[in-house]
Amino acid sequence: MYRYDEFDYTLVNERIQQFRGQVSRRLNGELSEDEFRPLRLMNGLYLQLHAYMLRVAIPYGTLSADQMRMLAHIARRYDRGYGHFTTRQNIQYNWPKLEDVPDMLADLANVEMHAIQTSGNCIRNVTADPFAGVAADEIEDPRVFAEIIRQWSTLHPEFSFLPRKFKIAVTGSPADRAAVGFHDIGLKMRRGPDGEIGFEVVVGGGQGRTPLVGQTIRDFLPKADLLSYLEAILRIYNEQGRRDNIYKARIKILVESLGAPAFAELVEREWEQTRGGGLDLPGDEIARIETYFAPPSYPPASVADNALTQARAAYPVFDRWCRVNLSDHRQPGYGIVNISLKPTGGIPGDISAEQMDVVADLADQFSLGEIRATYVQNLVLPHVRLADLKPLYDALADAGLATANIGLATDIISCPGLDFCNLANARSIPVAQRISERLADPDRLEAMGALRINISGCINACAHHHTGDIGLLGVDRKGVELYQITLGGRGDGDAAIGSIIGPAFSYDNVVGAVDNVIGTFLEQRQDGENFAETYRRIGPAPFKEQLYGTA
Amino acid sequence: MNARVLTANRLGDGAVVYRDAAGNWVEALEQAALAEDEAAEQALLMAGEDALARQLVVGPYLIEVALKAAAPSPLSQRERIRASGPTVAAWPAQVG
Amino acid sequence: MALLRNARVEDDDWVFVADDQPIPTDGPVVISFSRYQAERDRLNDRDGPLGLVLDSDQTPRDIAEDVGRFELICLKFPKFTDGRGYSAARLLRERFDFQGELRATGNVLRDQLAFMLRCGFDAFEIPDSVNALKWLPALSEISVHLQPAADGLPDNVARRGRRVFGGISGVNQARPAGNTEVWAR
Repeated sequence: MYRYDEFDYTLVNERIQQFRGQVSRRLNGELSEDEFRPLRLMNGLYLQLHAYMLRVAIPYGTLSADQMRMLAHIARRYDRGYGHFTTRQNIQYNWPKLEDVPDMLADLANVEMHAIQTSGNCIRNVTADPFAGVAADEIEDPRVFAEIIRQWSTLHPEFSFLPRKFKIAVTGSPADRAAVGFHDIGLKMRRGPDGEIGFEVVVGGGQGRTPLVGQTIRDFLPKADLLSYLEAILRIYNEQGRRDNIYKARIKILVESLGAPAFAELVEREWEQTRGGGLDLPGDEIARIETYFAPPSYPPASVADNALTQARAAYPVFDRWCRVNLSDHRQPGYGIVNISLKPTGGIPGDISAEQMDVVADLADQFSLGEIRATYVQNLVLPHVRLADLKPLYDALADAGLATANIGLATDIISCPGLDFCNLANARSIPVAQRISERLADPDRLEAMGALRINISGCINACAHHHTGDIGLLGVDRKGVELYQITLGGRGDGDAAIGSIIGPAFSYDNVVGAVDNVIGTFLEQRQDGENFAETYRRIGPAPFKEQLYGTA
Repeated sequence: MNARVLTANRLGDGAVVYRDAAGNWVEALEQAALAEDEAAEQALLMAGEDALARQLVVGPYLIEVALKAAAPSPLSQRERIRASGPTVAAWPAQVG
Repeated sequence: MALLRNARVEDDDWVFVADDQPIPTDGPVVISFSRYQAERDRLNDRDGPLGLVLDSDQTPRDIAEDVGRFELICLKFPKFTDGRGYSAARLLRERFDFQGELRATGNVLRDQLAFMLRCGFDAFEIPDSVNALKWLPALSEISVHLQPAADGLPDNVARRGRRVFGGISGVNQARPAGNTEVWAR
């Protein structure tokens, strides 16, 4: 993984000093709240319902065991003993004090972490496939370019006061595990006409009030041109994005209003000027960053392990965990272990300081010291020998981290909602908890197959409900919490926005409604279809019929 | 019977606070000063602006509460949650 | 308003002429973009330097060929959150090779000075109430730059000796444009 050099350390430490100065100028009144707000946002510090909230960046979701230990320390020392992994591969703390934040940032800097640009109208954390570097189906590791983009976008003097936030995602695999179709810029690594690897550039995807799937504006972009092309896109957006209405200020609105071809034309013309200069990526700079992401030298591991086979035969619960939580690794004898942060009835994405320490130790012991955070609020141990799965599982189970529900209906994605967030209209967490408890039966869960439920507490859609097989959107009607259900969303390569199925449900009835939808699916499915396949085949009508008694 | 109460977040730690009759910012809603007419509301708002200017609180605003025997109860769910904290226990061992 | 220029507060010699006032025949005058469009040719007949004010919704791309006529361009920031001026500044400096004074006016805050300097501004209109000396340290708070910009300073890649630094037009700039080097740091 990337390691700071002297420049990176200098930047982060200077940034902390700068923020210390800004905090003290706020506390002594030299800065008003209006002036301070964008500054603290650019350092990831929100003011929420009950307290401040600090969002720490985990670049493209990769972290080391030592970094995880520091995150645990932060939770214990400055917060209430836990953290929350987000839908952009970051971690949030719900209870920091303003006066403590510079110290928190200083502690984080010691392990090469920061909270720069995790909020504000600037370029945010560049996210990537959590299986980057180890997925069996990968073309190339997208994190090399996520890192290059991260550097270029950090404290970019021209793009720190954009019309609105800006999110970039990169995937190195045809299976899009980074939802690039729903980002302001999505980059899909692919082979070009001469066989060399480059990017398909997708622009204008997003969720929120106006969900849109991004559109391809360039089929193939060579690696060397990446930054000059991105700079062209950002400049056009900075100049022409709307500034009169925050709900119409994302680049997706600009792309939609101009039309993708006209927008692409603007970018291409600007790119003629930005390319061929200081933003061109020299081959040796790419190679230098690549060395940080070189595959580790894997200790030899046998492909067929007797001990594993026996353990799976002897322990059905472990066997299920292997079936559900394990993903294919490109290295023979190894597997990708998914750690569920969605225990039955738990708060999706939350993890205690003690659990963070356990994950750190297990990463050192079983995963070459590396961990990933996913955009569905789970963790990954990316380098696990199959022979180690049983001892790893036992340790995870002891720590409450072995729920076998990855990708299943109780692997719920939920925003913090009205329990925590200033923007929310309704609570999301207790709805997630109740759905999780209702669907907890492990056999039924596994039989249902892949089923994604996303719950957002407001239209900002931080839980990406538009992309859920079943999406819930919390709304407030005259002081009452109601939940709108959408069906048929997809966040992967076949990106699709879910459709509202009918009138909203109350807090008391929504869990029953979700159960009802699943019931319809189970009745209608054929040949082991998953929810998405059944929905694609039969459409919304049977679901509406069962929910509302009308077609 | 309803009244109005002035609330804000404390600058230093972001905690939810209410202004009491003595001019302090307290965390317990039941200790908040009640404004039952426009003059009292204006006085509270001015106190809020003053506290903002003195770097005590951020974003002061009035909320509506129903006066009940036990304690004033905010009319909006958002304010009820602000007053009593998240409705979900973050962690079994969590305090507050 | 005070003028922060050359790392100190300076008097402003420029005269801002309202759209409905006659333009003096000599001396340094600053006019709006719409005034400039209306009187382009007549302005050739006057003595004295010419300055231009661009609102945030007016793009310097429309005066690309004319930048040589101006010794001052003011870019307005109606709200500090309106970041169009940063792109406008870079275009003026790096694309259209504007050599005169590039001034940020309007809602200019201390914590934006460093970004503005990097984008090519070399003068800032700041509130009278501000102690300019307290603002100057803002310019040297961050010494590492991770991308090329108008100030011509080497970014991290260039520092590692891997490329000659250059701005958005691919022009290899051996020195910063405008008067930015006086903000020594």
